Amino acid sequence: MSTAGLSFTESHEWLKVEGDEALMGLTDYAQHELGDIVFVELPEEGTTVAAGDVLATVESVKSVSEVYSPVAGEVVEINGDLEDSPDLINTDAYGEGWLVKLKLADVAEIDNLMSDDEYEAHTKG
Amino acid sequence: MRANHVVACVFGWKGQALSVETGVVRTALYDRHVAADARIVDFAGYAMPIQYRGIVDEHRRVRSTAGLFDVSHMGEFFLSGSSALESLERITTNRAAALVDGRVQYSAMCYETGGFIDDLLVYRLGDSYMLVVNAANKAKDLDWVTSHLLPGTEFRDASDETALIALQGPRSEDVLAAVGAGSFSSLGYYYAARGDVAGRTALVSRTGYTGEDGFEIYCKPEDAATIWDALLDGGVPLDVEPVGLGCRDTLRLEMGYALYGNDIDDSRTPAEAGLMWITKLKKGDFIGRDAIVQQRTAGLTERLVGFELEGRGVPRHGHAIISGGETVGGVTSGTFSPSLERGIGMGYLAVGVHGPLEIGVRNRRLKAKLVDLPFYKEGSVRRA
Repeated sequence: MSTAGLSFTESHEWLKVEGDEALMGLTDYAQHELGDIVFVELPEEGTTVAAGDVLATVESVKSVSEVYSPVAGEVVEINGDLEDSPDLINTDAYGEGWLVKLKLADVAEIDNLMSDDEYEAHTKG
Repeated sequence: MRANHVVACVFGWKGQALSVETGVVRTALYDRHVAADARIVDFAGYAMPIQYRGIVDEHRRVRSTAGLFDVSHMGEFFLSGSSALESLERITTNRAAALVDGRVQYSAMCYETGGFIDDLLVYRLGDSYMLVVNAANKAKDLDWVTSHLLPGTEFRDASDETALIALQGPRSEDVLAAVGAGSFSSLGYYYAARGDVAGRTALVSRTGYTGEDGFEIYCKPEDAATIWDALLDGGVPLDVEPVGLGCRDTLRLEMGYALYGNDIDDSRTPAEAGLMWITKLKKGDFIGRDAIVQQRTAGLTERLVGFELEGRGVPRHGHAIISGGETVGGVTSGTFSPSLERGIGMGYLAVGVHGPLEIGVRNRRLKAKLVDLPFYKEGSVRRA
């Protein structure tokens, strides 16, 4: 899946903006580094977060990782498929492996994030 | 995302991050791991493959067909000479005198305090004995063994001249047959024999750390790649692939096998660790015997147990074991079990506590129940 048009954080989260809402998830680079993901702990709908707050926890066989919110907002939907199929993050990180849908508190915060080219350079550096 | 890696410290990609300059040693099969796209880490000073395709995939492969492990980082010591057996009986817990030629036994070395120095395999090969020790303890073990030998015992460290490939899985016999080494099928569990594998001389034993049938193949480093390649080629119709240290840990934990550094260390004795079956108090004196006897007489205060999480979550080393709101123990090994599809772990629990238990996982308390080991009971491993 093309990553053009997505925004990225240095901590390997992606954001896909749709109006004043956005889907977010972990990048392909992140899922590859984590290995087989076995459990995902997602926030409850209605939770509000600031940029950089811990939004979710992703557990692989060998490690536990915190996932940070790229922007401030409110959790309006979580990906229920990840309960039975956490490996969707491994197989389709930008598609079916999405984690949370946020209602953005401030759309302008997107400007603080990286483009896909900038993120790619970041992971290679 | 920030990952808190439980295993090792340096993650490299295709070998680029690890080089001789960093002091990390490569085994004879390093190039094969790089070519197979392995994720390579620094493990006890060796560049070792943690995984190739994924830990869960590799774990399931070993349980269903067969996988190949490079475990050349382990240490091999030889004891020979007129007092070799006597020296060995003094420094190990199991009864080495029971070994006939070609027999192997699981054993341990302890300090005077009864605390573990290492767990190991002891092979009797003619009039010599081969000790196979953990890579992380090699220097410590060498120091200990050599300073406790009786006059008349010769010692040789053969680690650098020995590569070790572990073929593990229910199809292991078929893989050996596919490379013309089918005669090893007649080896009994925990027996060893010399012979040829893929035209190279090897010592093969029916041993392993996975709970599946399998063979551990000791050879010269210069022959390792030939044997590795032949087993993989011959194993193509049998679905054999290289598998890494990541699944080695999930496989052994499913069997309840101890890992030095996690479940056993110098602060634990064989009595607490449930390893009295390799501790032959009746064989006579050995280093650590008095302390172990004293501890058993006084009564154990903690014992190593196995537990499963009832819901979601994975227990990890260091998590608290809680009963009735009180911490009553600690997790020494924990993982997600690919076979059981739940979190499993081992840890030391106060004697007399039976449950219900909780495991303190980060800021939550997850329900757990004690289970008898092994967690996984369908393994193809041969019983003695």
